[in-house]
Amino acid sequence: MNEGRSSQASHVKNRTSVERRSDRELVVTRTINASPHIVFEAWIKAELFQRWWVPKSLGLELLSCELDVRVGGAYRLVFRHPAAPEPMAFHGRYLEVTPPSRLVWTNEEAGSAGQVTTVTFEERAGQTQLVMHDLYPSKEALDEAISSGSTNWNDETFNQLDELLVGLGANDVDSVAARSS
Amino acid sequence: MVQYMGARLDDSFAALSDATRRGVLAQLGCADASITDLADKFRMTLTGMKKHVGVLERAGLVTTEKVGRVRTCKLGPRRLEEEVMWIERYRQLWDARFDELDQVVEELKRKERVNERRKK
Repeated sequence: MNEGRSSQASHVKNRTSVERRSDRELVVTRTINASPHIVFEAWIKAELFQRWWVPKSLGLELLSCELDVRVGGAYRLVFRHPAAPEPMAFHGRYLEVTPPSRLVWTNEEAGSAGQVTTVTFEERAGQTQLVMHDLYPSKEALDEAISSGSTNWNDETFNQLDELLVGLGANDVDSVAARSS
Repeated sequence: MVQYMGARLDDSFAALSDATRRGVLAQLGCADASITDLADKFRMTLTGMKKHVGVLERAGLVTTEKVGRVRTCKLGPRRLEEEVMWIERYRQLWDARFDELDQVVEELKRKERVNERRKK
């Protein structure tokens, strides 16, 4: 039973990784099982993009999604959250568009740290290595984004994670003890 | 507070990649312990446990204090929650997004295969 749980945990851990690469950089990495031209399409066509950018588990409702994917073109996403009185808009401009390997955009909504997002799509044995790189204007801007939990993370979520991690830790103690006895 | 959080994120992540170290944190969550206690508990040499505790200490997840000949370990102040929770939460958001992207991409692949068959 312990083995099942820990392999499940490592499976999940290997899928998407997040790393703070420097004072100003945050990097998210994931492999997608399709070639870059297909994955790229899902990032530039609004009707496809809106199907995955707002996962159901977030509890957000996407009211509109406009992507004008060309250099200098604008994007605008509007969400509603049950707990928020007003809809929230996320918007910015595309700085680079190189199909099917690279997208760069700005984040300009009020309250944004003003980071610039670069996504690269690299072919690896028929799959796509997706790297999403956020460059913040300063170390303070990224620290602030981290400490304020810029996407409405609440105490309830933290408590759930707390329980999850404590559970994983306790499980490890059990399995170490079981192995050595 | 804000300043040290970011700088230590990577250290925390590396420290938590090891099952024994996560076990040590869980153990210290129940009660403080000496390195000798921990080595016994995890059936490990004193040197091995010292290394693990050193990694946790550098990540700020554990603090140690030497009294006489005994070095006592305790949890660092709330580091685990604040730093690791944030990065884990962020990772979960992206993982959920990419799971949905997988589905969209599978659909596109099917369409492409159908189109190719039609061409032939």
